[in-house]
Amino acid sequence: MKALVPLAAILGVAGLAYAGGLLPGTRALLGVVLPYAAMGIFLIGFSFRVVRWAWSALPFHIPTTCGQQKSLGWIRSNPIENPNHKAGVAARMALEILLFRSLFRNSQARLEEEGPRLLYAENKWLWLGALAFHWSLLVVLVRHLRYFLSPVPAFLPALDAVDGFLQIGAPQLFVTDAVIVAALLYLLARRFANGRVRYLSLPGDFFALFLLLGIAITGILMRYFTKVDLEGIKQLALGLVTFSPLVPASVGPLFFVHLTFASLLLAYFPFSKLMHMGGIFLSPTRNLANDSRARRHVNPWDYPVKVHTYQEWEEEFHDKIASAGLPLEKERTRA
Amino acid sequence: MPETATRPEELVRISYDPPPGDWRGSPVEFRKGTFCHAAGAKSVRYLELPNPRDWQPTDQDWKLPPNWKEIILAGMKERLERFRSFRLFMDICVRCGACADKCHFYLGSADPKNMPVLRAELIRSVYRRYFTTAGKVFRSLAGARDLTEDVLKEWFYYFYQCTECRRCSVFCPFGIDTAEITMMVRELLNLVGVNTNWVLEPAANCYRTGNHLGIQPHGFKDSIDFAVDDLEDLTGVRVEAPINRKGAEILFVVPSADYFATPHYYTLLGYLALFHEIGLDYTFSAYASEGGNFGLFSSHEMMKRLNAKIYAEAKRLGVKWVLGGECGHMWRVIHQYMDTLNGPADFLEEPVSPVTGTRFENARSTKMVHICEFTADLIHAHKLKLDSRRNDHWTVTYHDSCNPARAMGLLEEPRYILRRVANRFHEMPENTIREQTFCCGSGAGLGSDENIEMRLRGGLPRANAVKYVRDKYGVNLLTCICAIDKATLPTALAYWAPGVEVGGVHELVGNALVMKGEKERTTDLRGQPLGQGAEAIHA
Amino acid sequence: MRDKFWILGGLLLFVGVATLPTWRDWETHANTRPPALVLPAHAKQCVAPLDFMRGSHMQLLLDWRQSAVRENNPTYVAYDGKTYPKSLTKTCLSCHDKREFCDRCHDYVGARTPYCWNCHVDPALGKGAAR
Repeated sequence: MKALVPLAAILGVAGLAYAGGLLPGTRALLGVVLPYAAMGIFLIGFSFRVVRWAWSALPFHIPTTCGQQKSLGWIRSNPIENPNHKAGVAARMALEILLFRSLFRNSQARLEEEGPRLLYAENKWLWLGALAFHWSLLVVLVRHLRYFLSPVPAFLPALDAVDGFLQIGAPQLFVTDAVIVAALLYLLARRFANGRVRYLSLPGDFFALFLLLGIAITGILMRYFTKVDLEGIKQLALGLVTFSPLVPASVGPLFFVHLTFASLLLAYFPFSKLMHMGGIFLSPTRNLANDSRARRHVNPWDYPVKVHTYQEWEEEFHDKIASAGLPLEKERTRA
Repeated sequence: MPETATRPEELVRISYDPPPGDWRGSPVEFRKGTFCHAAGAKSVRYLELPNPRDWQPTDQDWKLPPNWKEIILAGMKERLERFRSFRLFMDICVRCGACADKCHFYLGSADPKNMPVLRAELIRSVYRRYFTTAGKVFRSLAGARDLTEDVLKEWFYYFYQCTECRRCSVFCPFGIDTAEITMMVRELLNLVGVNTNWVLEPAANCYRTGNHLGIQPHGFKDSIDFAVDDLEDLTGVRVEAPINRKGAEILFVVPSADYFATPHYYTLLGYLALFHEIGLDYTFSAYASEGGNFGLFSSHEMMKRLNAKIYAEAKRLGVKWVLGGECGHMWRVIHQYMDTLNGPADFLEEPVSPVTGTRFENARSTKMVHICEFTADLIHAHKLKLDSRRNDHWTVTYHDSCNPARAMGLLEEPRYILRRVANRFHEMPENTIREQTFCCGSGAGLGSDENIEMRLRGGLPRANAVKYVRDKYGVNLLTCICAIDKATLPTALAYWAPGVEVGGVHELVGNALVMKGEKERTTDLRGQPLGQGAEAIHA
Repeated sequence: MRDKFWILGGLLLFVGVATLPTWRDWETHANTRPPALVLPAHAKQCVAPLDFMRGSHMQLLLDWRQSAVRENNPTYVAYDGKTYPKSLTKTCLSCHDKREFCDRCHDYVGARTPYCWNCHVDPALGKGAAR
């Protein structure tokens, strides 16, 4: 059920977009209005979410330390897993963002009733799948720049050459095309096959995966199977980013499915968990140096609280303090 | 020791396969042994918190204020603005499930709502419903749900099944820290008077008397004096243990269990012996007689109210800096919160060890040093004469307490000390120590007797690793630097890994420390004879 | 607002990167219209219909290479029954000019210069050298 609704939604969108790509009346809607609207929602929504996070205060210094602190000079500290200055934080963040360092720690627990024994095994599959997906997505996105730039900068064909290094077929197979689909299928299969993950998944989790798969599959279909008129697509893409939009007649309906999916992803992004892309940079358990005893962290909304002062305490326990022979601030004169 | 009728074999008859259906359905069932009693009206009233009344979680009617829902939602809104962590952690989880089997409560109970991700979803679903566009429009399709009394009860149940140990945050690719979320929900629950006695009574005690146990000044003096006498019997050396002494160089703050509970007490003896031997100019305080802070388990405001005593007392007594004893969550508060809450401590001086001259630059602002940092420095500078053979009756392992490990990174100091005061030291398996250490299962105010089943379940992963080293190396002592560990792990170990005792690092320091003028030691600080094999003692 | 500089700076950078094509095209005065391709002067019909050639010429060339070089089957029978040598140089380049036809479009859509030219020589280059 959690997966069916999103799947139906994606298939419905695909059908509508395909039909819309065939009808002259809706081609401009799908090819011009929708991408602009989606990009607008994406940029404004994304910025809004980030600014709202930034607006929330950071009252306390709460890094999660994953290594030895810097304390005594002769104890070797771990400057990356437990950074105590900005450079270390930068390295830690880079590892998290570029290599998913924390996910790399992943293990899998198993309980044997005999004993009982809790056993832990390495489990790097999630890390590998996630890394493969995200890096492939980045390369695919960068490759797409060739549709939006004129003239095309030299590094893009060079990137294509690297991505197509297997030299299979014509047009050459991009490794990232294969990897991104495989990774997405793995992530999707995991949500179905792993009972625990299935249990905690929300419709949105499936929706994002179906949508990304939809984008990847339509792209692959166009490049390797159904073929498209690149000249027309380039015109359309360039027209969009230079604000002189047009929809060439040679652009087929499958492209409209691809474009509609991509627009949907952009528009959906700020409302969804996909915001983790921006959020990871702001995570206070990762982006703060563990120096809270060396440098004071200021809470912007700090307010005075009611405390039980020493004077009140001495007042309350005066006789007991006196009888225990402990020093008093104020000797009480007996009436 | 609290008893449970269920045998270990029965308690682990669990399956990590989740039940069929959706988790947003069945209301929570308060089963005996798996929840803490509600806070008594007296403590709530004393702390001037909202809605004091007598109630229990098993009651049908929790006697919430009529506008409880508005209070909670307004509280959420305020906290979303005040805590970036809260807003961010509500927004960015992708439900990858990496955290699922990292939680000791999940591993021990297999209750899917004990997976950190689902624990957070309990409030995330409400956040979506009232604070996000997608949730307002698409409701359950967007993972949103209404805030109802059943939801509130679920919050109470599961956010008091989180020990704020932060293990999940080590594994989360975004660093989402369930401790942070738990703290928010507990604050929210406090707003409508839903709290537990095991948290609020110690907090009220601490507020009034200065310590969680409610020990008044004369009682405090008695226990310290008692320890001084005990230490003299054991070592032949009479030590000074000044209290509320103005003009001392250092204020020493310990968790109150150190002077009122075992096995903590042996650690206190260790401190006393050590300070005497190095001639430390220090004082205890009967007012700031608690390093621990149950405010951390109820609200940031309460944390600040209880923590204020340490700096206030340091200022009143005119000390130069503060030294802190072995305690877990106390050190989370001191390391990550104290300076922010009640600083700046500009009336104190940057801590310098009077014995070695070492400047503790890592504590130059907060001006409070961990006893393990202090002692490791002493040992490294060869200032202590140690006879590690006096710990030969122990085969030792070390349990990293959650907070010093994951909210501080105090990993090597205690190990350095242990390796020098004990000859037989063995680590537990790698993914159960250091930053991946497992909680005792009773932290964050869950250590009550009525919660025994859940505590034992939560203690399983830790105890299981202890059992492993017990069977492999003959480990018979688990050392740790946390008062809650020392209070609750004996129970968990007696259940899951019998034959392993629990002790403090400074207990072993006290055993090994060769004091000037001491008599020949025939026993350790526990009064157990030296020189016998561990087997003989535990036979 | 803590870390204002970093967060807003980062956000600005992100928006800049996300809209990079617009900025760059504005800077290069990008011509959105496709280049004028110089079509063969003396031929009216290619080896296959236009639509097919647009999308699949690379596949056709690869097939030609396979069957001509590896399977010794050098003659291509077109859809309309005409025959052509399966040869880039002899067939394609006898009508089309590499620089004015192939390259212009490849450059426009940013399709990488294929490895055809690792072996094949542009006949126009020879003429140019002789000139």
